[in-house]
Amino acid sequence: MKFIQKFFENTKPYVQKGAKYQWLHSVHDGVFTLFFVQKNTSKSGSHIHDYIDLKRTMGLVVLALVPALLMGMYNTGFQHFVAVGELSGVGFMEIFLYGFLRVLPVIMVSYIVGLGIEFIFAQYRGHEIQEGFLVSGMLIPMIMPINTPLWMVAISTAFAVVFVKEVFGGTGMNIWNPALVARAFLFFAYPSQMSGDSVWVSLGGKQAIDGFSGATPMAEAAAGHPNIDVWNSFIGLIPGSIGETSTLAILIGAAILIITGIGSWKIMLSTFAGGAVMGLILNSFAGSNAYMALPFWEHFIIGGFAFGAVFMATDPVSGSQTERGKWIYGFLIGILAILIRVVNPAYPEGMMLAILLMNTFAPLVDHYVVEGSIKKRLKRVKVNA
Amino acid sequence: MSKHFKLKRGLDIRLKGGAEAVLGSVSQIRTVALKPTDFPGLTPKLKVKADMQVKAGDALFFDKYHPDILFSSPVSGTVKAINRGERRKILEIVVESDGKMESLVFSKADPSSLSREQVKTQLLQSGLWPFLKQRPYGILAKTADVPKNIFISCFDSAPLAPDYSFIMKGQEKMLQTGINALAKLTDGKVFLGLPDGNAGFFGQLKNVETNIFSGPHPSGVVGIQIHQVSPINKGEIVWTINLPDVLFIGRLFETGKIDMSKIIALTGSEVDAPKYYPTIHGACLEGLLANKTKKDVNERFISGNVLTGTLVEHDDFLGFFDHQLTVIPEGDKYEFMGWADPGFNKFTASKTFISKLFPKKSYVLDANLHGGERAFVLSGQYEKYLPMDILPVYLLKAILANDIDKMEQLGIYEIVEEDLALCEYACTSKVKVQDIVRQGLDLMMKELG
Repeated sequence: MKFIQKFFENTKPYVQKGAKYQWLHSVHDGVFTLFFVQKNTSKSGSHIHDYIDLKRTMGLVVLALVPALLMGMYNTGFQHFVAVGELSGVGFMEIFLYGFLRVLPVIMVSYIVGLGIEFIFAQYRGHEIQEGFLVSGMLIPMIMPINTPLWMVAISTAFAVVFVKEVFGGTGMNIWNPALVARAFLFFAYPSQMSGDSVWVSLGGKQAIDGFSGATPMAEAAAGHPNIDVWNSFIGLIPGSIGETSTLAILIGAAILIITGIGSWKIMLSTFAGGAVMGLILNSFAGSNAYMALPFWEHFIIGGFAFGAVFMATDPVSGSQTERGKWIYGFLIGILAILIRVVNPAYPEGMMLAILLMNTFAPLVDHYVVEGSIKKRLKRVKVNA
Repeated sequence: MSKHFKLKRGLDIRLKGGAEAVLGSVSQIRTVALKPTDFPGLTPKLKVKADMQVKAGDALFFDKYHPDILFSSPVSGTVKAINRGERRKILEIVVESDGKMESLVFSKADPSSLSREQVKTQLLQSGLWPFLKQRPYGILAKTADVPKNIFISCFDSAPLAPDYSFIMKGQEKMLQTGINALAKLTDGKVFLGLPDGNAGFFGQLKNVETNIFSGPHPSGVVGIQIHQVSPINKGEIVWTINLPDVLFIGRLFETGKIDMSKIIALTGSEVDAPKYYPTIHGACLEGLLANKTKKDVNERFISGNVLTGTLVEHDDFLGFFDHQLTVIPEGDKYEFMGWADPGFNKFTASKTFISKLFPKKSYVLDANLHGGERAFVLSGQYEKYLPMDILPVYLLKAILANDIDKMEQLGIYEIVEEDLALCEYACTSKVKVQDIVRQGLDLMMKELG
């Protein structure tokens, strides 16, 4: 450890402003702070500071994503072998390894492109490299269909990092969730490649067996004939985006976020509550429409509802920031997600749009909560006067 | 009948090195100093020159814009030095004690029988006036004002804070006299914030209105107590004073003399045997600290507590309002992959370290920032440590944007730095909360006078 520290300490003078390698400053600082918490001490204000920092916070979110990621890898392999009809001949490790090798490049592309842009912007602006992309870079691959071409992943990541994050000033300043915008960008820019039944299952060059459709439960439901295998949907053995299929793994992630206090349980709970309420409302108008008659809890285990509620809606930067606002914000996400899903057949999945829409309105929700606080204060003056 | 306020929000930071309830002994105090820098916004004008003889109570300097506010020497002796900093800013006026403690003589009187003007004059002339702080803004009380109320907290809930009932033991009479004097200054009441449980003789004080506060720090911070009892509205002025400082006022009226001796707590993980020591207002720390710290690591000396105290050197002087000295490790070292450490030994306000599952009785905390400064990222974090009906992050953002209207609407009048100190400790993004609050208060004063 000592020699790594020595190396970074000794090379530090060369990357300072005006020195020979100053263009490496942000990279040097980024890697150094990753390995070592710096020796900076408090110069003013409070003398002690909590041990928590943004690296740990973001690191824990990534940790919470790992169960869903691993299940996603396994499911990628599983769907592949089902599609090509070879499931009976392969073992657990083989299934997982196939998925691992298919998913890994997507993750690498996302991180390399995203972090590359982060480094350039940090250097250009003279900032430290900020940790936000550690999470975004993991979220992006997890909400992509497995057959998304890598160049599309690269373009959407670049679009999201530059136009959703950096132009607003970097981590903590963005209005929308960057990962979701990356997904939305692909959805609207390459609609033909990003929908249909062929993008969800990796065939790996082989021929699918007869009768295999590859359609997600979402697509089937949107087509008017919901056919949900509850157990497989909960475990995550259904076609879908890489990380979103396993409700079980997502719940483990949710537990990590809630126990560590990093994700807002208020947003998670109110999102599910909103989804349940909208599901019940639709039920009562269902008539002969099978999708509207779908029990609300079946909505939670298909598509990206659970993943969005746990990992996307809870983004503290793009979500509501007041405690009362969080309840409203989450609840409306749930309502809108189910409404868009069922009522608008053009978008099989409503979660992405619901969250982006509420990201847009979160400042408005907060505005009214803040106004409420201001009014209370003014009222107090009047009472006293 | 006193009201009981049960505060839920806040945090007790369990530090190692709390002072044992024992009075140690120190060699005689040689030098003392007053530091104009203890008063935000003050422009000092000197009344003395180096080598002049002074008595306790002789003014050393005064407030340029309020010339009747004097700051007097706590001891008799010789003005040894006037230390200046950048652009000749006066940092400290050092007085070498002659050990005789001769004081100017003021009139001896029961403040209850005096008029407001008489009490005021006595406080101003003796130089005890600067102990009064005004809210909003947390600045020197203005002589022309009559505050709505005066608030005093009877306990300090900060980490390792001194036990007021110990450092003021046996001085009930002086304290009561001091309170009687303060009661003369307001048309309202003197409010005392008592701790839950055994309030000792503070509960028996007369001429006051008492309230009880329980809950974690900052329940003992006077700003929090004001907010609970009667929050400050625009245009209102209240005064606050530290309870132990009321003793100086009491002694002045009881004896007609300046007696600024006090007891302070020497605390912190780097102190060998943390306990209480008798000393004098503004005393040089060198004598106090001699041979009492461990010297294992780089040490940080703090006049005051770890959240709001002032960074000082070992040969510096005790701050004007401080009754505590804290010594903690500086922590100026690298930590390998510190952010990924499970953290069995790391006390934290968050729930992200194992120490939350296996709490220890007390922890050593150093002055390291433990991370880089970032923009506000997490939400809902500050609210947990601020028992006020205020939206702290929105208020701080209004300050950063220099938006005076918003600052006013969001409650800038109700806060000073110390109220939000705990938020600064807990902040993931290492935002300099107290600096921002001061920046906002300064701006308000400049714009609104």
